[in-house]
Amino acid sequence: MLGWELPPHNSGGLGVACYQLCKSLAKNNVDIEFVLPYVTDQKNEFMKIHSTSPVSYKDFIHKLNVYEGSKYLATHEITDEQLSYEDSVSDIATYGAYDIIHAHDWLTFRAAIRAKKATGLPMILHVHSVESDRAGGEYGHPMIREIESLGLMMADKIIAVSERTRQSIANDYNIPLDKISVVHNSVDIDELDVLDDENIYQYLELLKNKGYNIVTNIGRLTIQKNITGLLHAAKEVIAVIPKTIFLIVGSGDQYHEIISLSADLGIFQNVIFTGFQRGKAWRDAFGIADLFVMPSVSEPFGITPLEAINYGTPSLVSNQSGVSEVFKSCLKVNFWDKDEMANQIVGFLRSKGLQNSLRMNAEIELGKMSWDKSAKKMVKEYEIHARGALV
Amino acid sequence: MKKTIVLYLHAHQPYRVRNYTIFDVGKKHDYFNWSESEPNGNKRVIEKVSEKSYIPTNNMLIKLLNKHPEFKVSLSITGTLITELEKWAPDVLQSFVDLCATGKVEIVAETYHHSLAFFYSLQEFEIQVQMHREKIESVFGQTPKVFRNTELAYNNDLAIWADKSGYKGILAEGWDNVLGWRNSNHLYRPINTQNIKLLMKNYKLSDDVAFRFGDKNWNEWPLDAEKYIGWINEAQDSEVFNLFMDYETFGEHQWQETGVFDFLENMVPVWLESEGNTFMTVSEAMDNFEVSDVIDVPETVTWADTERDLSAWLGNSMQQEAIKSIYQLSSKILKTGDWSLIEDWRRLQTSDHFYYMCTKYFNDGDIHAYFSPYKTPYEAAINFMNAWHDLNFRLHEKREEA
Repeated sequence: MLGWELPPHNSGGLGVACYQLCKSLAKNNVDIEFVLPYVTDQKNEFMKIHSTSPVSYKDFIHKLNVYEGSKYLATHEITDEQLSYEDSVSDIATYGAYDIIHAHDWLTFRAAIRAKKATGLPMILHVHSVESDRAGGEYGHPMIREIESLGLMMADKIIAVSERTRQSIANDYNIPLDKISVVHNSVDIDELDVLDDENIYQYLELLKNKGYNIVTNIGRLTIQKNITGLLHAAKEVIAVIPKTIFLIVGSGDQYHEIISLSADLGIFQNVIFTGFQRGKAWRDAFGIADLFVMPSVSEPFGITPLEAINYGTPSLVSNQSGVSEVFKSCLKVNFWDKDEMANQIVGFLRSKGLQNSLRMNAEIELGKMSWDKSAKKMVKEYEIHARGALV
Repeated sequence: MKKTIVLYLHAHQPYRVRNYTIFDVGKKHDYFNWSESEPNGNKRVIEKVSEKSYIPTNNMLIKLLNKHPEFKVSLSITGTLITELEKWAPDVLQSFVDLCATGKVEIVAETYHHSLAFFYSLQEFEIQVQMHREKIESVFGQTPKVFRNTELAYNNDLAIWADKSGYKGILAEGWDNVLGWRNSNHLYRPINTQNIKLLMKNYKLSDDVAFRFGDKNWNEWPLDAEKYIGWINEAQDSEVFNLFMDYETFGEHQWQETGVFDFLENMVPVWLESEGNTFMTVSEAMDNFEVSDVIDVPETVTWADTERDLSAWLGNSMQQEAIKSIYQLSSKILKTGDWSLIEDWRRLQTSDHFYYMCTKYFNDGDIHAYFSPYKTPYEAAINFMNAWHDLNFRLHEKREEA
């Protein structure tokens, strides 16, 4: 299996999804060797990890972040990191004994193609997002589009993390829908950390005691995530319920723009920025909130609303997200409709009944979710392709 | 005919806000306490500026004052700087006191906290001016008679206020748009005032030293005392040359290596060589010269940037929201009677905080960036607003106690 990151060294959801999928696959008796482009101290009993480069994650991440490809490929050149990864993957595939090549997202697609050429093994490409998602609905980087196009064309099978992503692959790259299957991401609640007694956002707790509401967003601050849309809605919410605080957790290329925008909109006192957080500060941001909002322009899956309810916080998500396909107990809105977004946030904050029933139902839904179902679907795909395409 | 140079130096340092996050809000109220390892921390800056500027400048000034009986200087020193020197460099404060003890150094009035309060709360502004007067009286033993507002921010209303408050004079930027066909080398009367006189900065001569002195790309570089005084001596229709600049011009903005201290040392005797040339403090100039015309400044003029307005402090919405937020708390904060809370609130009024949030020319990495302890204006804004949230937290706590 080819991937670009694994927890604890991950810049976003991709690493977590790979890790959880592998863990559940292993429980279903799949033997996995995972190839990473940096050295990790990740210890686990369910798979073997190869590192193709002696650099640490800390040095590596500055060179090539999985989400910000266009920033790093400004010169239209494949980076040294990718090339050395490809060389190593090809060697590993040639000298080992494998049944399937399974590669996650565009950064590993070229390596997968080379390994397939070298070994003739079937190639399954797992798509967590396509370039137009990451570019917030725009065309994105032409070279990344080309890599995705070539890889998806040559793939024996494509796995999409949502129906939405499946449609995007078909539309963007003219891939027949029957070549693409959906395996949704999931969560295992016993894998998630729990909150401790004291929330780190003490000031926000005080405000809550004074009758304030806390609405939070956690994620990268990029065009894909539509925080600018959320702030425009926030202005309308604050006009109706002045005692509302928007907690923005994360950083990204829009960080400065979003700080400026909140001042432009006259809601500077009501928007609090924490920068990038992990661990307790990350968990407690879910915990302190009354409502979590994921207003993404395009979210291939989007696991955060499930994490939010794990910490007791219901969500408002955009219809343009994969998670909205599988998660019923949340508010939903089109990402462009800021009036409706504001309307739903106000409605939610004003209704204890809505808050309680959403929370209760969402918790029940969450309890039924597991990676095991997704792993079993994946195993079926392996069985089909490992013995050759059905004629 | 008698001609005079009025040399006026402004000394100020703010209490910069450290990297103060939302996780500190409600827990730690030490916005201004930087760790010793950080070079932009308040104590480190005081030590650095003292060594590079205040100490050598004061040494030079005392030498000149002792050597040349006619040499006079005016200076302003903010309350925030005085308290920082008291804490971290008492010997440097003593050197300022020694200057004043010569009897030839006049201190100019201003707000204690180097704030823009005049434009937001007259009551708060007057309290800060009063605080500053009392501090100056207790440290230097003199009562200021001439007023300057923070950043030389000036308009008709300010002049009328200063006139009614009994000041003999007031200082402003000698900006062309205000002066029109006139020049800054005379005294003026602010419109609608009775007694007060106005001294306007000769920005060309001042900035030749303050900004351009060490600039090797400047076509007048290198500037020596003979050339500089030659320009002044040649000036027609002029009697008062107002050289207004930051104290830190000497040794900090213009490093010692540029020769700026030698320039200062030579300039004084070269000027005094010619018959009729002298130095005066600001109020001596007010006493010795008559006003030549009335000056009308309806829009605020400052000494910053090519715009000469308040846009370096209040130009973008982050700055406007931040300063609005601070003054919104005025009555609630004052009502608590909690002096440490009130003092922290006043320290956050210092204009430098808003200057750090300036996004004008941010992308060019110009002079604004040089004076900021933060990497970006956004970082400055976030730290500041977090401190503001903590003021709120403390207010809530106070009200619960009550």
